[in-house]
Amino acid sequence: MDEQQQTLLNFMWEQSDKLLIQMLQHIGLTFISLFAAVLIGVPLGILIARKKELSGTVLSVAGILQTIPSIALLGFMIPVLGIGAKPAIVALFLYALLPIIRNTYTGITGVNPAVKEAAVAMGMSEWQTLFSVELPLATSVILAGIRTATVINVGVATLASYIAAGGLGEFIFGGISLNNTNMILTGAIPAALLALLFDFLLSRAQRLSFKTVGTAMKIAPALLILLASLYFIPSAYGGKLTAGFTPEFMGRQDGNLGLQSKYGLTIHTIVISDAVMYKAAYENQLDIISGYSTDGRLKAYDLFTLQDDKGIFPPYYAAPIVSNKALRKFPQLEKTLNLLSDKINDSIMTDLNYRVDYLHQSPEKVAKDFLMANNLWRQEANSNTGIIRLGSKIFGEQYILANIYSMLIKGYTNYGVATKTGLGGTKICFDALTNDQIDLYPEYTGTGLLTILQPTQRTIDSLAGDKDKTYQYVKKEFQRRYAVKWLKPIGFNNTYALMMRQKQAQDLGIETISNLKHYLESN
Amino acid sequence: MIKVQNVSKSFGNTDAVKDISFEVKAEENLILLGPSGCGKTTTLKMINTLIKPSAGTIYIDGRDVMHQSPTILRRSIGYVLQNNGLFPHFTVAQNIAVVPQLLKWEKRRTEKRIRELLEKLHLSPNYLQAYPHELSGGQQQRVGLARALVADPPLLLMDEPFGALDNVTRSKIHDEFKALDELKRKTIIMVTHDVQEAFELGDRICLMDKGAIVQAGTPTELLFKPINTFVSDFLKEQRLSLEFKTIQLLDLWNWLPAGNNQQQMNTLSAETDLWTGLESFKFNEVEVICILHHQKNEFRTVEFEQLMAAFYQYKRTLSNG
Ligand SMILES: Nc1ncnc2c1ncn2[C@@H]1O[C@H](COP(=O)(O)OP(=O)(O)OP(=O)(O)O)[C@@H](O)[C@H]1O
Ligand SMILES: [Mg+2]
Repeated sequence: MDEQQQTLLNFMWEQSDKLLIQMLQHIGLTFISLFAAVLIGVPLGILIARKKELSGTVLSVAGILQTIPSIALLGFMIPVLGIGAKPAIVALFLYALLPIIRNTYTGITGVNPAVKEAAVAMGMSEWQTLFSVELPLATSVILAGIRTATVINVGVATLASYIAAGGLGEFIFGGISLNNTNMILTGAIPAALLALLFDFLLSRAQRLSFKTVGTAMKIAPALLILLASLYFIPSAYGGKLTAGFTPEFMGRQDGNLGLQSKYGLTIHTIVISDAVMYKAAYENQLDIISGYSTDGRLKAYDLFTLQDDKGIFPPYYAAPIVSNKALRKFPQLEKTLNLLSDKINDSIMTDLNYRVDYLHQSPEKVAKDFLMANNLWRQEANSNTGIIRLGSKIFGEQYILANIYSMLIKGYTNYGVATKTGLGGTKICFDALTNDQIDLYPEYTGTGLLTILQPTQRTIDSLAGDKDKTYQYVKKEFQRRYAVKWLKPIGFNNTYALMMRQKQAQDLGIETISNLKHYLESN
Repeated sequence: MIKVQNVSKSFGNTDAVKDISFEVKAEENLILLGPSGCGKTTTLKMINTLIKPSAGTIYIDGRDVMHQSPTILRRSIGYVLQNNGLFPHFTVAQNIAVVPQLLKWEKRRTEKRIRELLEKLHLSPNYLQAYPHELSGGQQQRVGLARALVADPPLLLMDEPFGALDNVTRSKIHDEFKALDELKRKTIIMVTHDVQEAFELGDRICLMDKGAIVQAGTPTELLFKPINTFVSDFLKEQRLSLEFKTIQLLDLWNWLPAGNNQQQMNTLSAETDLWTGLESFKFNEVEVICILHHQKNEFRTVEFEQLMAAFYQYKRTLSNG
């Protein structure tokens, strides 16, 4: 409850160091890409204003680039440019291109032909006409394009944190996965203010009279470069090894906070989404990552789990959580879901995940094969007495569990099933459950404890990382606060783990987290 | 000075100019006159190569314009655009300084020249830092003229330079135009579709229709020896006033009653046009005016009716001859 009572301003004040860095990164990302887009977009706009037959092609290509969803575009960039600033800047650059090219084109072709002709008739060369007549007259239209591009970029730059490029997105997405509204706002408010500020400043620049526009045009490039260089200031520190942690891991006591307090581990850390984290480690972009012990990609990418020799990553159970209302409405439900209790241990779960994450089998097939092998599979019965709404989060393990439950319900009861898989994160899933949008989803006791309940440090200490005590506490509290019931654990332990590439771990002789700390300090 | 030889221009299927030829002598004022769309602007723009002819050749001082650097050529030709075409983002001073800047004049020289021109064109130096949109239409025209004149080019091309003005302002500017010493030494080709303007300002007139020259000649020739009905119809509406303005008192000398050969108060030069002569009766509220023939050093004192009678007799001899 601590964090919820804290006011937003307190939080911002506490995080002001980080906030400043992220803001500078954000401004930097925005303006590096903007600078590049101006450098390429304006000449391209001029070119197509001269050679109109090219304008259709160039504008539609730029238009198509802009319609690619931001996350997808960032995803495409990773295999080519890796993670971090480079792909983010390229993606932002591509988004900024269209408004700049288009407005340069409209601005130049919109110059009164009589005025252009006057320039030629006075004896100006083509370049002289361009620089002393066409560009100055098109300035306000071009600036409008740059203004649009800036606002787009400030917005899209929040997504840069997905691929470890920093920026205010770190707070926003961290806040979403940690169920921390203050954290979301600490990122979102400055991002919105930046957009408004730049929009305002550029709108002023646009309205400058011809008298001042000349000087403004001379200052503008210098200003752009200055703002762009902000990005490099915070990233001046280095380090031998680079860690990539998810926003959720960054903010959890059984995550980076514990690493710092219990191990005293300090390492150059970047924040990254777990969707790309494993691959980035595999491709040598990252050395240490915060994975889940049962994740299939551990095996897929030949990663090695460091031993947690001080026990900061307590094991947690996974179990379905169901609203009391649904349990009353569907009397056979609890019994059916508990069919899976104690059926999946660590190695089975890892194997199932591996099939989905690495062998690319469908979660449905993996689920059915598993049930068959365990003699739990039953043909679908008639479903005519109501529909159960099943949710899941957005990664492989949750898809598999959702499919298994769906098949069990269909086989053992008369209920139908509607699945709502791929709910973005803990907060989104849990809110859907308490708002009666879904009836159940698989959850982990660690997440229930640290992300949803957020008890005092004393309470956490009293549970002492004991998985059964934790389960009992979480079950009691969920029932009391949310009228949600934790059913029996599925069996496997889900816990955070630090991972490295197998080969690198061997080469450096690192087996435990303490080894890692020692290595970092001695080098 | 300028020789246009069998020049044609077509835009796609439109023949804007069809095989025209004419010459302009140094310091002559040639008017391209004709209805809208007859190819006047196109003809003018081919002279400074803003438009490339489809066929034919244009010579300035014996050199083919197409064989010269277009920018250097254009800097040596003053050009006044149809709708003044001032640069909206330049001040008046910057607008006028465009060509000197291209010619890399010293700053002091440019400034001096601009001040000189403003004075001649009756523009206050207060306007130097103003932008074109802050000026009246007439002031804009003057700035456009100043811009064309600033480098003192021997050749001036003007495309309806007074087109956007009301009649009163226009006739005032006409008078200033004729009085401007800057223009006396220049070869000028001016486009207009205003017959009055053509007759008032032109030494010679090329009357065009549908891309071709119908008749080229002095105002008197066009007026009194039209080669076809297009020419006479084109002038018909304003014939009488044109005639009054074209004919000089000198032309009527033989039909003016002799005698009373002595100078009086209201003496006009025989080089005055008939229009002014007739107006002076009313203007000075007199019964008779006195006319002085400088070469012959003779006077004629005439009444209004006598002047008109002489005019009709003169016209009769023209149409007989
Ligand atoms: N760039 C062009 N493309 C196609 N047709 C043109 C072009 N310029 C002129 N024309 C055509 O050529 C003809 C002559 O045009 P021009 O501008 O020379 O006429 P003008 O005598 O100056 O008319 P106005 O008195 O209206 O200015 C017109 O029929 C016009 O439509
Ligand atoms: Mg014209």
